[in-house]
Amino acid sequence: MKIRRMDLVLAALVLAAAGVLYLLLRPASQPGGWVVVTVDGAETGRYPLSQDQTVRIGGDTDYNILEIRDGTAAVTQADCGDHTCVRTGAISRSGQSIICLPHKVVVQIEGAAPSDVDAVLG
Amino acid sequence: MDAKRVARLGLLVALAMVLSWVESLVPVVIPGVKLGLTNLVVIFALYRMSAAEAWLLSLVRVVLVAMTFGNAFSLWYSLAGAVLSLLVMMLLKKSGRFSLLGVSLAGAVCHNIGQILVAMAVLRSAAAAAYLPFLLLTGTAAGVCIGIAGAVLVQRVRF
Repeated sequence: MKIRRMDLVLAALVLAAAGVLYLLLRPASQPGGWVVVTVDGAETGRYPLSQDQTVRIGGDTDYNILEIRDGTAAVTQADCGDHTCVRTGAISRSGQSIICLPHKVVVQIEGAAPSDVDAVLG
Repeated sequence: MDAKRVARLGLLVALAMVLSWVESLVPVVIPGVKLGLTNLVVIFALYRMSAAEAWLLSLVRVVLVAMTFGNAFSLWYSLAGAVLSLLVMMLLKKSGRFSLLGVSLAGAVCHNIGQILVAMAVLRSAAAAAYLPFLLLTGTAAGVCIGIAGAVLVQRVRF
């Protein structure tokens, strides 16, 4: 098999697209301020990342347990089939998300944490 | 379609199913990252048989694999990945400007893109797109591996 010039062009384009998308979609370096829960496209809750709490998403079945602790959010339990959400681990930076496809749940970090300077000023 | 072609296609469907099963044994570390062994068979059909037979093989395989190892849910992901992937592979091959390696690379990457699009539609959220940059990298690597193996098979297998 001979590699053609267009093969290399294609590979370069795909890798460039990956780079550009990474820069556009990467999470912020600062910690976020809010944990936003979306189920089936509709926002069901918005919790401050600074306040430790446990939130149950869903009913008796088809549930995900969201734990907010020490400025991080994690899904620690779920009765979905794949448990991808649990294995994603803890998130804390704006733009990061935890996804549970079977339950159509998205847990996303938004906004910025109030910085210490702001807190002092006011 | 004569009996010989039907028999050959059946053989390839069986092989594709076995490879899907083999791949399902590999634990999923990051959702969407996989080698795409089944694409070897689809590429083989595309190059050694015809586009029509590659389509038949791919679609029958997706439905059978979902019925055997998956569920109604996984069917849509596989279907979106398989359709987008084969569509682009067919067009690139037809253009005559790409080698099998480029066609395989495009197929792998498009499989990932198709699945992310379904995830975005299901979630009604763009959050799943965050996986895309990473999947484009792993898809490129997987596509090149499958392309190298596919080129050898297309050239050497007596069929």
